[in-house]
Amino acid sequence: MIALLLRDLRLALRAGGGFGLGLAFFLIVTVMVPFSVGPQSALLSSIAPGVLWLGALLACLLSLDRLLALDWEDGSLDLLATAPLPLEGVVSVKALAHWITTGLPLVLAAPVLGVLLNLPAQGFLWIVVSLALGTPALSVIGTFGAALTVGLKRGGLLLSLLVMPLYVPTLIFGAEVARRGAQGMDAITPMLMLAGISAGAIALLPFASAAVLRVNLR
Amino acid sequence: MDLTVRDLAVARGGVPVLEGICFDLSPGQAVVLRGPNGAGKTTLLRTLAGLQPPLAGTIRGAEDRVAYAAHADGLKPTLSVVENLRFWARVFGHRDIAPALTAYALSDLAERPAGALSAGQKRRLGLARMLVTGRTIWAMDEPTVSLDRDATAQFADAVRGHLAGGGMAVMATHIDLGLDAQVLDVAGYKARIPAWDDTDEAFL
Repeated sequence: MIALLLRDLRLALRAGGGFGLGLAFFLIVTVMVPFSVGPQSALLSSIAPGVLWLGALLACLLSLDRLLALDWEDGSLDLLATAPLPLEGVVSVKALAHWITTGLPLVLAAPVLGVLLNLPAQGFLWIVVSLALGTPALSVIGTFGAALTVGLKRGGLLLSLLVMPLYVPTLIFGAEVARRGAQGMDAITPMLMLAGISAGAIALLPFASAAVLRVNLR
Repeated sequence: MDLTVRDLAVARGGVPVLEGICFDLSPGQAVVLRGPNGAGKTTLLRTLAGLQPPLAGTIRGAEDRVAYAAHADGLKPTLSVVENLRFWARVFGHRDIAPALTAYALSDLAERPAGALSAGQKRRLGLARMLVTGRTIWAMDEPTVSLDRDATAQFADAVRGHLAGGGMAVMATHIDLGLDAQVLDVAGYKARIPAWDDTDEAFL
């Protein structure tokens, strides 16, 4: 399992691995927003949490189609399925590697980009907390989508269409935590909901992902 | 423990391709699958490897003992030869990749990225993977494709060594490796009636 994690991280960091792609996309989206909205700092600071969350979600989506498709194309997925690792473990490790290379950089970059969007000072902590709690769910749900569409030609678009609705609860509660935090309101309740969604997704979805992967590999 | 296959029927995409396959394999023995393209050799090997369930019949003694080599070698182009091999060795819980490198004369290419290898060299690396799995049964699909004469001899030696160590091998190949193996011509086991009742399968 650790070998698989290290391999995926190494692949992501090597040339063409796509590390930083999601981060760069996040950066560009959030930089574009002030241009499109115009120089209204009050408006920007009120939409900042939502924009940051939506940007992070889209950045996460961007790298999902490579998650299992590359392994499927070169045949390693077949070989991993016959290896002693349980397939549930394989998809969990792949989701973890995706989170480390995509989700974690987004969490760390969010406060910097918050400055660009005039995020209120008390909101910085909450945007980091909400993204740190929410992005693991994005990776795990995305892995499920990737398992569903593995082997399909041009499956990337279908993957986005399948995964987006599943991201809705995470987005609602994640953005709510960030918004309440930024406005100085109590953010504990939506934060618990967000944490619950993430924990549930991490606990249950690897089994679903492994099951659909088994069917897709036949 | 022997590998016992009884009345095995396999399907591809919901359509039965082979039925009534029976063979026994004891440690040290090999089976060579023959048959025209599309006869179902790959499907049979995938079923033996546990990648798909059999349509009917039983396979005994294959659970978690099969190392499968498909048409694709499962190599990562940006990882070096050693990194690729070490990864599979660790997945299968082994450490020593040196014998596999020497068996297929890959030591000189050790640090080369797998993406920069020729087709034959990639295949050699893919076959070297079988040696680091430590599994008893090798299920191999056209293992000698794009291998030159020397590499084919290296492969035959590796299989011979594996069989001498109590291993078993099932392979689909069209060339004669000079192995003492049973030959199973799958053309004789063609499934007669294509059953279309299992529509769920076809959609999945």
